[in-house]
Amino acid sequence: MTNAVDIRKVTKVFGTFTALHGVSLSIRDNEFFTLLGPSGCGKTTLLRLMAGFEEVSGGEILLFGQNIASLEPNLRPVNTVFQQYALFPHMSVIDNVAFGLKMKGWTLPKRRARAGEMLEMVHLSDFADRLPTQLSGGQQQRVALARALAPQPKVLLLDEPLSALDLKLRQAMRMELKQLQQGTGITFIFVTHDQEEALTMSNRIAVMSAGRVQQIGTPREIYETPVNRFVADFIGETNLLEVEVAAIAGDQAEVILPGGQRVTCSSATTEKGRHHLSVRPERVTLGTVGSGMQAVVEQVVYLGTDLQVLVRLDGGTAMQVRIQNAARTEVPSPGTRVGLTLEEGAARLLAD
Amino acid sequence: MALRSVRHYPGFLAVTVLCLVVLYAPLVVVTAYSFNDSPSITTWGGLSLRWYVDVFTGPEAPRFRAAAWNSLSIAFLAATIATGIATAAALAMLRAGKFKGRSLTFALINLPLMVPEIVIAVATLIFFTMIGFTTGYLTILIAHITFCIPFAYLPIAARLQGIDGSYEAAARDLYATRAQSFFLVLLPLMAPGVVSGYLLAFIISLDDFIITNFVKGAGMETLPTAIFGSVKQGIKPNIMAISTLMLAVSILFVTLSYFINRKGR
Ligand SMILES: Nc1ncnc2c1ncn2[C@@H]1O[C@H](COP(=O)(O)OP(=O)(O)OP(=O)(O)O)[C@@H](O)[C@H]1O
Ligand SMILES: [Mg+2]
Repeated sequence: MTNAVDIRKVTKVFGTFTALHGVSLSIRDNEFFTLLGPSGCGKTTLLRLMAGFEEVSGGEILLFGQNIASLEPNLRPVNTVFQQYALFPHMSVIDNVAFGLKMKGWTLPKRRARAGEMLEMVHLSDFADRLPTQLSGGQQQRVALARALAPQPKVLLLDEPLSALDLKLRQAMRMELKQLQQGTGITFIFVTHDQEEALTMSNRIAVMSAGRVQQIGTPREIYETPVNRFVADFIGETNLLEVEVAAIAGDQAEVILPGGQRVTCSSATTEKGRHHLSVRPERVTLGTVGSGMQAVVEQVVYLGTDLQVLVRLDGGTAMQVRIQNAARTEVPSPGTRVGLTLEEGAARLLAD
Repeated sequence: MALRSVRHYPGFLAVTVLCLVVLYAPLVVVTAYSFNDSPSITTWGGLSLRWYVDVFTGPEAPRFRAAAWNSLSIAFLAATIATGIATAAALAMLRAGKFKGRSLTFALINLPLMVPEIVIAVATLIFFTMIGFTTGYLTILIAHITFCIPFAYLPIAARLQGIDGSYEAAARDLYATRAQSFFLVLLPLMAPGVVSGYLLAFIISLDDFIITNFVKGAGMETLPTAIFGSVKQGIKPNIMAISTLMLAVSILFVTLSYFINRKGR
């Protein structure tokens, strides 16, 4: 089956600054695909190239097999939900939603009917005749969604559509977006710098940094088997320990932890030497002195569902450990000595 | 210590009163005396509209009517054309990205604001003479279009600058052609600035004396030159009536422009 989008060695240069360095990725049909990365890594630029607001400096963009890299935006069967929504302030909600259909030449009764359906889908039927400024942020965001979905694009591009909403609304909208994607069967390409958002909604994620794709994979793959330091650090929280590799074979390595203990773990590198080991804080068990890595508790931070325990290894390295805030959890007090043991899959050796 | 309001500075009242008197006393006097029922311009002879009637039906009426027609039609045409050019210029300056000679273009657009009017007047006259253009209605119109452009440009560019580019991008994204995106989205959003620029250009054209006087040629009059011509033969109260009428039109336009611009915010 053809991919919804194939991005092949796409480069984008602004003057002397290269925003994208030969990015390649494929997005499958009917996929919820997320571009994730820190501010300035080129997510919006990539999205704008797909929409046609910018021209590629090099490379190809295929939409269902057809090269669209030089097509005007109005000729691409792709619609965008803008970060600040960009609803036309001089048009009513329903006219906003019907705009794309009008441009496609639909008759008034037909586009009214379809726009009405779209508003119903986002639960805004009662607001059809209002102006966008008379709506709340969350409602505007739904209108923007309805407007972009009304012409039934082959691919929907969403540029941080939830970032202007408050936390509760953002969480509710995540589920709604996901359901909308599954209900419509349209390929969603979602841009965010929020890793939690990416992990909860996506089928697959592309992690980007400084104009390059670092890793593409399912949320689980990205989280459990990051390929490098950047990905491990950016997705979730992690401890990065410098370790010596004792032995390496395939994707397994034996490393020497601070304190001398040897453990085997999965590995993203095949080279021996000193590397960083990523240790997920929720997969470390706080035990009694004598077992595992020896450390002193420095601080306990209360996070509600979790407790974050900040410890210092005897070698001097700081680490954090997450323990669940269950009813029977014993809260270690600062100053106590503890032993840290790594659970199965807690550690992964990284390439730099 | 709380900052003292400007009203508490010494001499505030005196300076304010002085400014207001210097600025507005002449207008008040002219307006009041335009309703004077006396042929003298200095003695009050009771309230009447006779000088307004005189403007429209008196011996000078045909001259004023012709001048008013010239003024209004030139103002209409000059403002329309200048607004069109200014809108295109604003789009090029603010929406076409960086291009070579952008700063120079900006300077050229706004030059007429900086150059002394008398210099433009003389230069325009010499230019028209050199290329063998007969002075008259058309030369006035061309000159007016030229100096109206920066006045129309300023409010239009200010407005356009405040409109985020994402609206046009959204329109293009939703299958609008360049033209559709301009006429259906950008222009309606720019409209307050465009109307405001138009009204300003209209008033500036209606009001212009110096340049018009140089390039109008013999026998051609606009209201300001006609008034000036009459005044040279002595000030009669009908001049005050006509001035008051022009003042009213100006105030109306400026107020309109102000409210349209404010509503757009
Ligand atoms: N029109 C432009 N001219 C010059 N540089 C640009 C332009 N657009 C983007 N850039 C640069 O390209 C880089 C990537 O920008 P982009 O907007 O794609 O980042 P982003 O990943 O979307 O970041 P954010 O999360 O902050 O939105 C940035 O360094 C930015 O300064
Ligand atoms: Mg961005």
